[in-house]
Amino acid sequence: MRRSRNTVLSVISAGVFLAILYMLNLNRAGNGMLISIMQKSAIFALVAVSMNLLNGFTGLFSLGQAGFMSIGAYTTAILLIPVQSLDGVYYMNGINPGIRALKVFLSALPPWFQSVYPFVALIIGALFAAVIASIVGVAVLRLKSDYLAIATLGLSEIIRALFSSPQLDGITNGSYGLNKIPAFPKMFGGLVPPIITPFIVSAVCITLIVLLIRSSYGRAFMAIREDEIAAEAMGISLFKHKSMSFIISSFFSALAGGMLAMYMRSIEAKTFSITLTYDILLIVVIGGIGSVTGSVLGAFLVTASKEWWLRFFDQPLELFGWDVPLFRTGFRMVIFSILLMMVVLIYRRGLMGTNEFSWDRIFGRFKWKRKKVQGGGS
Amino acid sequence: MNGIVLKTEHLTMQFGGVVAVDDLNIEIPQGHITALIGPNGAGKTTAFNVITGGYMPTNGRVVFHDKVIGENHPRSKMKKIYNGSDRTTFHHQVVNTPDKITRLGMARTFQNIRLFKELSVFENVLIAKHCRIKAGMLSATFRLNHVEERTMREQTQELLKTVGLADLAREKASSLPYGKQRRLEIARALATSPSLLLLDEPAAGMNPKETEELAQFIKDIKDSFNLTVFLIEHHMNLVMDISDKIYVLDYGKTIAMGTPKEVQNDPAVIRAYLGVEDE
Repeated sequence: MRRSRNTVLSVISAGVFLAILYMLNLNRAGNGMLISIMQKSAIFALVAVSMNLLNGFTGLFSLGQAGFMSIGAYTTAILLIPVQSLDGVYYMNGINPGIRALKVFLSALPPWFQSVYPFVALIIGALFAAVIASIVGVAVLRLKSDYLAIATLGLSEIIRALFSSPQLDGITNGSYGLNKIPAFPKMFGGLVPPIITPFIVSAVCITLIVLLIRSSYGRAFMAIREDEIAAEAMGISLFKHKSMSFIISSFFSALAGGMLAMYMRSIEAKTFSITLTYDILLIVVIGGIGSVTGSVLGAFLVTASKEWWLRFFDQPLELFGWDVPLFRTGFRMVIFSILLMMVVLIYRRGLMGTNEFSWDRIFGRFKWKRKKVQGGGS
Repeated sequence: MNGIVLKTEHLTMQFGGVVAVDDLNIEIPQGHITALIGPNGAGKTTAFNVITGGYMPTNGRVVFHDKVIGENHPRSKMKKIYNGSDRTTFHHQVVNTPDKITRLGMARTFQNIRLFKELSVFENVLIAKHCRIKAGMLSATFRLNHVEERTMREQTQELLKTVGLADLAREKASSLPYGKQRRLEIARALATSPSLLLLDEPAAGMNPKETEELAQFIKDIKDSFNLTVFLIEHHMNLVMDISDKIYVLDYGKTIAMGTPKEVQNDPAVIRAYLGVEDE
């Protein structure tokens, strides 16, 4: 009974969220800011969850997320820039003739293909990143803890440097970056409007990750996190499971990277610097290492407070004729950092710790409070 | 199969200049409980680690059910120190990682308990079943193996019932009392469906009553799971009570072997344990 109640509550809240999104879609003129923040949050939620799969559930401290995101972003962008815009984008060095020929060929395919093509492009980008991860993983996954972090950080910088190198001008447009990337496509023939697409894609991907975590393989990942030696003694192949986790995490990071390219409409190698990885790490840590719902929650909270709630700190403020000092551009980040420190000090293990959101806990909390009140009265 | 489950031939493990295990020859017959005893630092745990694939031996061979699972021959600078009589017998190198050896049917516990601390008792045992999974990652993700998954869960529940931990299934592993943690570790090893169970000091830190219970428990699981048991132990009462055969190690060398009674009266063993009288 409790289980069915929880299911009903989950379906209702998902429905409410979807209804809000559709409402925003209808009134998108006045809500541009809110929509774009929520889209960014949804994309970051997916990256954070995929990073959590690796860092929180498998216990591999990797900092290569930005690198894999850039692989996905660049691949998706190159595949998606319309043929007629190519000359405008590659105005400095021209485009590699092979890629142009491929794109001309693809643009001649029938309309049904064109409608799924953006998603195909996303998946191709993700698969490409997964292949890179499987090759790199052989070398990198021998390392442990800090060393793995440094190696993956280096890897992500190498990828970034490669993308902006002049040798790849014909493909990645070097340091000029790519622009004129088409925005999000609609899904299911317009049933899902373009604005909502990133939410649906993120939700589907996060669901897949959760299903994986809850399967036998996910449990094996957690065993590796808890104790590598014991896990190996229980017949869990460390190399196989670690690379599995690494590849899947890279796959979904790259997919989110592709969505980020659609979201930003223009990308350059600088977008995917170390700071991006740190932003995501921040979300994971704030949400709770080892909690999927924590990562999702963290993505929305961190993005919203960074881009929206704290905005007013950046404007000069006058209170009763007194010009409040410090309220200048950039002050918001100071406040943001202070808030972060406070959150980390109060919630030592992130907002959710290693727990997942559950209705039972919420109701349990109410019950506990009620009991406590009764106890106090008697 | 000829009745021998595990055999080591001239097994030697050397760390730099220290010979931790020196020319160890063990034969463990099917269905027996064999014990490996010796003073602290005698090389017992190292022997276990070599057998289960944690280290590659410096010399010698480990044979499990007539299959060579670990083999090495003395090489380079090790050759100068190792002077076993058969040092040229082994010419191949066979290396197996611990997980492969576990899948062949050899399970072990650890001297310092190594449970998956943050996970529940149930999950601890369920994870050990993972090594026998047939479904691939994708089919497991999409729950195409739900029959297999259900069987795994049922078997886990059953196993927990057998070892008497069923009512603690939802507890976090680290919250269990010490004795139960030991028991859980054995249960987890059993979940990999082994034919040979290696116990590394299962009675460490237990009081006499718990030790007695443990002895009975080991005998019980040996019969009900059709196991062969190989254990390291310090508690002499336990060892003398349950073992069929005992090997005594001291400074890596086998100084005695035989039935409990033979070993008990062996002057070399008494010397190793009690020291030599000064004259």
